[in-house]
Amino acid sequence: MKNSDFDWKPVALVPLLALLVFPLIGSGSTWLTLTVAGLAMGLIIFVIASGLTLVFGLMDVLNFGHGLFIALGAFVATTVLGSMSDWTQSDELWRNLVAVLPAMLVAMLVAGAVGLAFERFIVKPVYGQHLKQILITMGGMIIGEELIKVIWGPQQIPLPLPEAMRGSILIGDAAIEKYRIIAVVVGLIVFGALVWTLNKTKIGLLIRAGVQDREMVESLGYRIRRLFIGVFVMGSALAGLGGVMWGLYQQTVTPQMGAQVNVLIFIVIIIGGLGSTAGALIGALLVGLMANYTGFLAPKVALFSNIALMAAILLWRPQGVYPVANR
Amino acid sequence: MSANLLTLSGVHTHIGPYHILHGVDLVVPRGEVTLLLGRNGAGKTTTLRTIMGLWRASKGTLTFDGADITALSTPEIAERNIAYVPENMGIFADLTVRENMLLAARGAASEKQMDQQRLQWIFGLFPPVQKFWNISAGKLSGGQKQMLAVARAIVEPRALLIVDEPSKGLAPSIVNNMIDAFAQLKKTGVTILLVEQNFGFARRLGDSVAVMDNGVVVHSGSMLALSEDAALQNSLLGLAI
Amino acid sequence: MLNRLLSADLPRSRTLAILLLVLLVGLAFAPFLFPGVKALNVAAKVLIFIVLVASFDLLLGYTGIVSFAHTMFFGIGAYGIAIATTRLGPTWAALGVGLGSALILSFLLALVIGLFSLRVRAIFFAMITLAVASAFLTLASQLSEFTGGEDGLTFKVPEILSPSYEFMDEAFLGVMLDGRLASYYLLFVLAVVLLLALLRIVNSPFGRVLQAIRENEFRAEAIGYRVVVYRTISSILSALFACVAGAMLALWLRYNGPDTSLSFEIMMDVLLIVVIGGMGTMYGAAIGATLFMIAQSYLQDLLRLGSEATVALPWLSALLSPQRWLLWLGLLFVLSVYYFPTGVVGRLRLRSAARMSASGSRS
Repeated sequence: MKNSDFDWKPVALVPLLALLVFPLIGSGSTWLTLTVAGLAMGLIIFVIASGLTLVFGLMDVLNFGHGLFIALGAFVATTVLGSMSDWTQSDELWRNLVAVLPAMLVAMLVAGAVGLAFERFIVKPVYGQHLKQILITMGGMIIGEELIKVIWGPQQIPLPLPEAMRGSILIGDAAIEKYRIIAVVVGLIVFGALVWTLNKTKIGLLIRAGVQDREMVESLGYRIRRLFIGVFVMGSALAGLGGVMWGLYQQTVTPQMGAQVNVLIFIVIIIGGLGSTAGALIGALLVGLMANYTGFLAPKVALFSNIALMAAILLWRPQGVYPVANR
Repeated sequence: MSANLLTLSGVHTHIGPYHILHGVDLVVPRGEVTLLLGRNGAGKTTTLRTIMGLWRASKGTLTFDGADITALSTPEIAERNIAYVPENMGIFADLTVRENMLLAARGAASEKQMDQQRLQWIFGLFPPVQKFWNISAGKLSGGQKQMLAVARAIVEPRALLIVDEPSKGLAPSIVNNMIDAFAQLKKTGVTILLVEQNFGFARRLGDSVAVMDNGVVVHSGSMLALSEDAALQNSLLGLAI
Repeated sequence: MLNRLLSADLPRSRTLAILLLVLLVGLAFAPFLFPGVKALNVAAKVLIFIVLVASFDLLLGYTGIVSFAHTMFFGIGAYGIAIATTRLGPTWAALGVGLGSALILSFLLALVIGLFSLRVRAIFFAMITLAVASAFLTLASQLSEFTGGEDGLTFKVPEILSPSYEFMDEAFLGVMLDGRLASYYLLFVLAVVLLLALLRIVNSPFGRVLQAIRENEFRAEAIGYRVVVYRTISSILSALFACVAGAMLALWLRYNGPDTSLSFEIMMDVLLIVVIGGMGTMYGAAIGATLFMIAQSYLQDLLRLGSEATVALPWLSALLSPQRWLLWLGLLFVLSVYYFPTGVVGRLRLRSAARMSASGSRS
């Protein structure tokens, strides 16, 4: 009996999309630029979506307010980076990193802390009631967004890239933005860390088991509620990190950005299958690539293209590309 | 130390609007195998789930080793070294056999920390568990899954095993394997509460028996006495042995 | 007679009945009772939102479906009127064409969305509708030649309805009898008729099946009702009513843009109203819409007072800023979902029922 019956079809979709689009774009260098941009965006979205999908898979809780943590992370970053301008304006990369890494860390801490409060006061009272969860988590997001406006003001704030991260490097004819490469690296690190935690640690084992059969995990003597709080906080922190990365990607931050990215996140986890980390990655990469390709080819239908993608995938696999067992 | 490890007194359980258990009185003596028999729908599985805290008793008390466990949560009950093998086995299909076992070993953070000697003993009882150690549990056959489920329950020493129909749907040869395994388990002194439809299984292993019907225990006594009284068997279970 | 009019869905609470009566009279005579442009605007918005929210209640409260695409149909109705009158001129024929095409488009879209819900679970469905609604919003801003883009479309309405048209030269009871008044009463009649129609729908056998499906889908299917068919019909009806509400909005404002009818904020407003008013009651839409519009218009003034009064504590002042009224509404919303799950109407009915059973047992 072989264990290597891994389902490769969904993974193949990513290069498939990239290849299908190539003749439409024509130029190799443009294709390369767009593909890297798409992968970078995709990985940022993955960072944000990974927490949400695990939270749903583990506790059947749908957090429509996940976007709040994205916005929060981004705004915190504006404050941190804003106060370290001598580090960000230097053109030495290591100096920039000394500013950016703490910004990311602080954003994660703040988002995680708010996530803890969010779980306790907004989510916990409505376990098991999907309708109320949808309503309340949306309400929570609105409250959070308004509080962001109180603290940082209602207008959009610029989040400029530190000096050394600006500009592009040339690969042949293709100009690849430096920041995009950094985003890809960070995204892959997060993915790697998640995969390692899920597969090589006992906590990861508990999460994977809990996603399949919560009751049995409790019957084995584990307090799944604590596990859930941990996953929720981690998910919020990751969303905060994603927010920082997204903010730097757009170089601007608005209080509504959470709600805007929310839609993309939902599309991603629907494509991926609620509860599946690998699915979230595939979904995120597809969405990121699609957004960039259509942004170039037919900008007016960019968002629709992602919805069409989602519809197509659901027609193929109604539960997402990697449905989680027992659901 | 009381003679009874687990006692249920007047336990009622409601599931939504349905009143399933109507005052169950049950004792599980220490160190013995207690059989819970009865027709389908008599309330056996509900009783087991109530013991494990998966359903909350609406009335009555449950006592384990002298302590009141009526209001405890499922993890708290499991922590008292009560292991549960549900009817559907509760195997995590996407995890490997090894991961299933590791999960059940609360004291071990990794495979190396598991009690190797105990593992060897388990492998002796259930060879497929060793054979398919790194295979996805979902790929095992029904009988192999059942063995894994029981193996999981004993991966660490437990005070009480609660097992729901371990022989259901298994081929006769595997059932015999299962009976032997349980007989060996019994020798280690662990207390077992077993729900079984297979009366042959029940008769070979059981020390005490409790028969349920319509959400109450209608007869309790020794297995020996029941197996010698054909008339009683007939009236309680509609079969003769 | 009242029974027949309300399709046997009586208020069942004296307080509620009184409130509804007050509301009806208030709205009927609003131009005379509350002079001034602002008050009339609030009243008109109440009428429009009563229809919009009641149609949402059909979907959420009676069928148990969460759909974020509701404002999309609202927008389709509004744009239908806007585009038709812009291109075909301010005639009744243009209104007909606009409304007609909007209704057809809504029907088709609702049909597709409703059928799609067969393949996916409720949670998926909610998320998908959110995505579709967002896409539609972007589309509306981008198809500028057609929809006026971000700036929207300003247009004229048929003469009788336009403010400059005067039926009589002198004022009647202090109010000018002009096209504005005519528009208002058109909206009023529409709102009353549509609400009664919705009451008729939810109290019909069809409505009962919807509620059965909401309670226990599995059972309904087992008894023999094709759940998908009922849900799709409910989704279509809800969309059609929302579409008409959108047309009402466009007629009143004589303007429509992406933010006027398609924005996420409007969706949230609808959710807030239906929850605070009471899900699954229809009357909740009426009461909720009134409370909400009054709050929206006048609470902001209250907040402004509070904000100015607490200038000494900048944090508190910022929290009480009138622009942050959504914060307080959001809090109210969250608290309502917890403590007030049946909304105002539900609460009133419960109190009435308790009072009746208490007095019943006494006698």
